Amino acid sequence: MEVQKTALYNYHKNLGAKFVSFAGYEMPIQYKDGIVKEHISTRTHAGFFDVSHMGQFFLEGDETLIESLEKIIPADLKNLKINHSKYSFLLNNEGGIIDDLIITRTEKGFCIILNAACKENDIKQISQFLKEHHKHLLNNDLSLIALQGPKSVEILEKLIPGVANLKFMTGNNFEYEGENLYVTRSGYTGEDGFEISISNTKVEKLIDYLISNEVKPIGLGARDTLRLEAGLCLYGHDLNEKINPVEANLKWAIAKKRKEVGGFNGWEKIKNLLANGSEKIRVGIKPDGKVIARENTKIFSSDNNEIGFVTSGTFGPSVNAPVAMGYVKSEFSEVGTSIQLEVRGKKYGGKISELPFYKKSYVK
Amino acid sequence: MSEKKFSKKHEWVSLDGDVATVGITKHATEMLGDIVFVEVPDAGKAVEKEGQAAVVESTKAASDVYSPISGEITEGNKAIADDPGSVNTDPEGASWFFKLKIKDKGEYDSLMSKDEYDKFCKENPS
Repeated sequence: MEVQKTALYNYHKNLGAKFVSFAGYEMPIQYKDGIVKEHISTRTHAGFFDVSHMGQFFLEGDETLIESLEKIIPADLKNLKINHSKYSFLLNNEGGIIDDLIITRTEKGFCIILNAACKENDIKQISQFLKEHHKHLLNNDLSLIALQGPKSVEILEKLIPGVANLKFMTGNNFEYEGENLYVTRSGYTGEDGFEISISNTKVEKLIDYLISNEVKPIGLGARDTLRLEAGLCLYGHDLNEKINPVEANLKWAIAKKRKEVGGFNGWEKIKNLLANGSEKIRVGIKPDGKVIARENTKIFSSDNNEIGFVTSGTFGPSVNAPVAMGYVKSEFSEVGTSIQLEVRGKKYGGKISELPFYKKSYVK
Repeated sequence: MSEKKFSKKHEWVSLDGDVATVGITKHATEMLGDIVFVEVPDAGKAVEKEGQAAVVESTKAASDVYSPISGEITEGNKAIADDPGSVNTDPEGASWFFKLKIKDKGEYDSLMSKDEYDKFCKENPS
């Protein structure tokens, strides 16, 4: 498959981006400032992220659309209000996570934001449950821009009046440059912020405005350190088709009503796990020293038994220490448990830590 | 202290008698980005030419640092292990990685000069 580019590719180039191949797209990994400065400026001011590689999947239909989607998504879609969003997943028959996603109720149906690497398969999986009269569209004419950081609201409100009234995990339609755009208050950094769905033809103008307000461009590198400090999962690393929401410590994202009634893929398995717990579970990990425990680092108990593995690990610039997450046998998952991390053949001490590593500041 | 010589793996070496000082080049730090972890060898460790001798990690990835010259380590620079970010600020000065007692000055002589190294970097952009 040919390498794909977002509408902002040349814009990134002019900003001095270094590119990396990600999910079939040429995406900026960092800009001139580098990962640590980009990370800090998001936490202290605001940063923008081009996440147009993610799928913006629109569905339209009657009441039967809800029934169809609820077979593969364990959210309470029936009671999801228009312009409200939920974090959820697509589940397979074994309760494994096919993808994690944000689903928003729209006037005509739903919009689902899908991971770039998964979107083709996701649509195949969702389509199995759709009826002929349900309409669906992966809209590639739209860009998706995340604006994140404490100054986001002040800066965006000046350009698009009304966005300041949005609460976390809600959205609405707004007008910009004579066109409709959809803004949600959400993100992937642990900061207050927005995700803006805007036509490819207007996106450069929006970015011009953000840059004139000293909003820095942020690459995938800092996106990763920001989300890891915020304790958020990255699909393909912390989550995959063999991991279910109970193991992933994400059972909070299965709606209460759905936990009771079920009726979605993998329900039997998940019901059992909800009652009895899982063998392994996702935890936060803090190495004692400066050593970085990256993905696939083996985790040992203090008496040298192998108990798990790291799925994401990096240096957290705001925590000013290395941070990681991974899976351990459930009996070792209590916060404060001493563990050992095997890095380059040597064992280093560490502890099971609370998530997030960095305290969130969402507007509720 | 002799003039600095350079390796294709982006290390620099300077020589004082039979003791070489080794670090990574400014060009290497620019490719790596923000350095957040450094592991330096202990005194007494024997290293081969182009053998793994230290570790440097940026926010992006971990990389091995090779010794461009064989010998026995006399000192690892503990200061950079305590403050990895200092490698970004002064890679070719105070933030050297290790010193070693060399066996064969011919290995030093065969490394690239500053001009040769700059040309090498231009011809081999990462």
